[in-house]
Parts: sequence; C-alpha cells; structure tokens
Amino acid sequence: MTSNNNSNEPAVIQIKGLKKSFGANHVLRNFHLELHQGENLVVLGKSGSGKSVLIKCLIGLLAPDAGSIKVLGDEVPELSHDALDKLRVKVGFLFQSNALYDSMTVRENLEFPLRRHWIKTTKESVNELVRHALTDVGLIDTIDKMPAELSGGMRKRIALARTLILKPNIILYDEPTTGLDPITSREISNLILAIQKKYNTSSIIISHDMSCVKLTSNRIIMLIDGICYATGTYAELCQSTDIKVKQFFD
Amino acid sequence: MTSNVLDNFLNEIGELSRFMLRFFREGFKPRYEFAEFSRQCFNIGNKTLPLVAITGLIMGLVITIQSQPSLQAFGAESWLPSVVAVSLVREIVPVITALICAGKIGSSMGAELGSMKVTEQIDAMEVSGTNPFKYLVVTRVFAAILMIPLLIILSDTIALYGAFLGVNMKQVVSFHLFSNQVFESLSFGDVLPSIIKAFFFGFAIGIIGCFKGFSTTNGTQGVGRAANSAVVTSIFVVFIIDLMAAQIGDILSIL
Repeated sequence: MTSNNNSNEPAVIQIKGLKKSFGANHVLRNFHLELHQGENLVVLGKSGSGKSVLIKCLIGLLAPDAGSIKVLGDEVPELSHDALDKLRVKVGFLFQSNALYDSMTVRENLEFPLRRHWIKTTKESVNELVRHALTDVGLIDTIDKMPAELSGGMRKRIALARTLILKPNIILYDEPTTGLDPITSREISNLILAIQKKYNTSSIIISHDMSCVKLTSNRIIMLIDGICYATGTYAELCQSTDIKVKQFFD
Repeated sequence: MTSNVLDNFLNEIGELSRFMLRFFREGFKPRYEFAEFSRQCFNIGNKTLPLVAITGLIMGLVITIQSQPSLQAFGAESWLPSVVAVSLVREIVPVITALICAGKIGSSMGAELGSMKVTEQIDAMEVSGTNPFKYLVVTRVFAAILMIPLLIILSDTIALYGAFLGVNMKQVVSFHLFSNQVFESLSFGDVLPSIIKAFFFGFAIGIIGCFKGFSTTNGTQGVGRAANSAVVTSIFVVFIIDLMAAQIGDILSIL
C-alpha cells in the first residue's frame, strides 16, 4: 500500500457531474473524480458498475451524456478529432483484454502507436524506443514473437510496454490483473508501481482484485450505483462500517 | 414475433446504409492507408487465387461437357465454343467467382474484424491515433472492389481454357480455331456488363463483411455469428445484384 501524499499536487484529471446511460440503464449518474499529479487512484466497484465506461469516456472512446471531463486542461467531449489524437499521446490506456494486434509481431505492435502518431520516423529511433519499452517490462526476448505465442502475463506486459512507448503523463489501467494467477497478478501490480516511480505518471486503475488495489492505490474511489459512493485510502475504507463498502474488504 | 423479425431486418438495413454512407464520406478523404490497402489486396488475391483458378477450370470443363450433347442433337456442335464462351463470361464465371469470394473473403473479414472488436483491438487502434474505420474498413472494401473483378477476369480466362480442354475431349480443335470462335462470338456488350457487375460484387462483399465484423457483439459467440452472417448476406446480395444487372442490361439492351 502506497501513501497518499499527492493531494497538494495539481489535478491532471477532473470529472464533474458525469452522466452516461445505455438506454434505460443509467451507468454513471453525476459522478465526480479528481486525479492528482503522481497519484495512483483506484476505482473500485462491482462488475458492470460502469468502471470501464468511465475510463472510456475519459479517453474519448465513449461520449458522455452530460458532465465535464478535463484531462490535462482539455475538455475531452469538446475536443476535435485531431486535438483528441494529440491528447491521446499523453494518456496511455491498458485494455482489459490487452488488445494486442494478433496479426502483428510484438515489435510491430509497439511500433504501431509511434508510427500512427508520427512521433519517430527513423527506423533506428523507433527500434531504440521499442527495445527500451520491452526492457522496461523485462521481455526484450519476445520482440519478434507473435502475441499468440505468449502467456497471459507476458501479453499483459507487452500491452503495458505498448502503452509506455509514447511516454504518457497519465496511464489508465482497465482491470490490469484480470485473468492472471496470483503470482503474475502481483508482478503486474509491482510493475505498475515501478512505472509510476520511474516515469512519475499519474494513474487511474480500474480493479476489483483487492490484492492489486491494496498494493497499488494511493487513494480509492468506490463507484457504486453510478456515483462516487466513498473515497479514502485503503486503510480508511477497510475500517468503514458502511455495508456497501465493507463487502469489498471482508 | 413477425413484427420483431421485420423490426430487426429494417434495423439491419438502416445500420448497413449508415455504414455505407460513412464509407463514402470517409473513403475518399486523406489520410490514405496505401500500405494497408496493398496488404489487403495481396491477402484477398493470395487467399482466393488458387480456389478461383481451380473452380474456373472446372466450370469451363463441366459447362462444355454438358452443353455438347444438346448442341449435337440440334446439329449445332460447331457453335459449342461460342455458346460456352458467352454463358461463361456473361453469367456463370462472375457469379460463381463472386460466391466463392463471398465465402472466402466475406467470412474472413467478418471473423477478423469481429474478433478485433470483441478483444478491444479496434478501440486500441483509435487510442493509437488511427481511424479504425479508414484503416480497417475502407482499405478492405477498396481492396475487394479492385481484386474481385481481377479475380473474375482471371477466372474467365482459365474457364475458357477449361472449355478448350472440354471441347478437345471428344474432338480435335486447335487452340487457334477455338480462340477465333470465342472472340468472334464475344462482343463488348458481353464483357463490359460482366466487369461492371464484378465491381458491385466486390463492393457488396467487402462492405457486408466489414459491417458484420464491425457490429459484432456478445464475445466469441458473436464472432462466429458475424462470419456466418457475412457469408449468407453477401451471397444473397450477389444474387440480387446479378438480377438487377440483368434487368438493367435488358432495359439498356446491352445484355
């Protein structure tokens, strides 16, 4: 468990009054959140509570019905396509299913965002960044392998390397330990912490894996019934007597 | 129950129309994905060429062998190369090749894009600064529009060679005489409509395969359903286009 000493840092993400519905299903109702520089914020909630919807709204993959989403000073729902692309260079996204491109090698997977965002154009500089990102996650040997040849944990690390290659200021993790065994899950949690220290990133981690939550969080937000139901550090929420909060920590 | 089926059908038509409109809106605007387009052209050609070639040869042989007795009965055996060539080029080869492509390419597009959708690869592409519609859909549809007519022209050529082999099974006809008869009987009005409808076949197979893949839901089960539905719908639409082409051709008196 990491300590919460970021509350005085400037906010890099501010969400106010966020609402999102799918038909009659009101997933987010007046949701508020603030992420500070260098902070690891865990959003905790049951499956289907709207956690993934929340971070997809943050990166502009889903449009909110109402509310304000400010990321690094930009109002996301109002951004043009080009401005959103520029913002996405600064915000990494680790997908729940890793989302590695099956038809590409690990190298090509990592090169893809660099080439698409026109960040590095020479072959040498691209190669150097790819090797550096793979070294960060300890998987340099897999550079010419296909994603299908890798284990679940390795795929997660490669996906993380692809997220890191653009050197983002903020990383959004969508259930980073889902489907992994406890040992690999712990390794991924430690990697998240190592990355935060090395690159001073701010992160929102969507999870309901309590060991990951305990290890990685500076602060936790409980997303229940579409609202920010409770907030606090792991230790503070552990002592809560509220039944809806307590059920996660028992 | 019937109203539900009708609702779903009309919904599907509406969604497909919107998808097509998006294709025309985004397909001609930069940024152009030439590398991915070439890769898709290679994939479509490479995957389908052997099947199309073998089927073309068999079609030519079979149509010739089956037409021979009927023409012989009327004492019109010498018309065999002309009759076979016209029926192959105008109707049989374009439709059969389009059906093979619907099975091979349509299912592959439906399954590939469907699997990318359910594993969030399409979202990841968007986050990586790529317009997934342009990168995945536009390139595939244009590749199908370009490659399917080429495959049909190739299949026409191989089918005519198959017809030559078929003719030579029961009599001896030189290749020179056979090709002379074939080219004398084929007019511009036989070849052009067949090539024009091939472009429409390509568009229909590409857009339906991509639409089914792009609108996949319900995980891996949905991927199988998307691939299956892409094939069935493409085959149905190929026949509709063929019928419309015949009608339009008839009206314009070029068929």
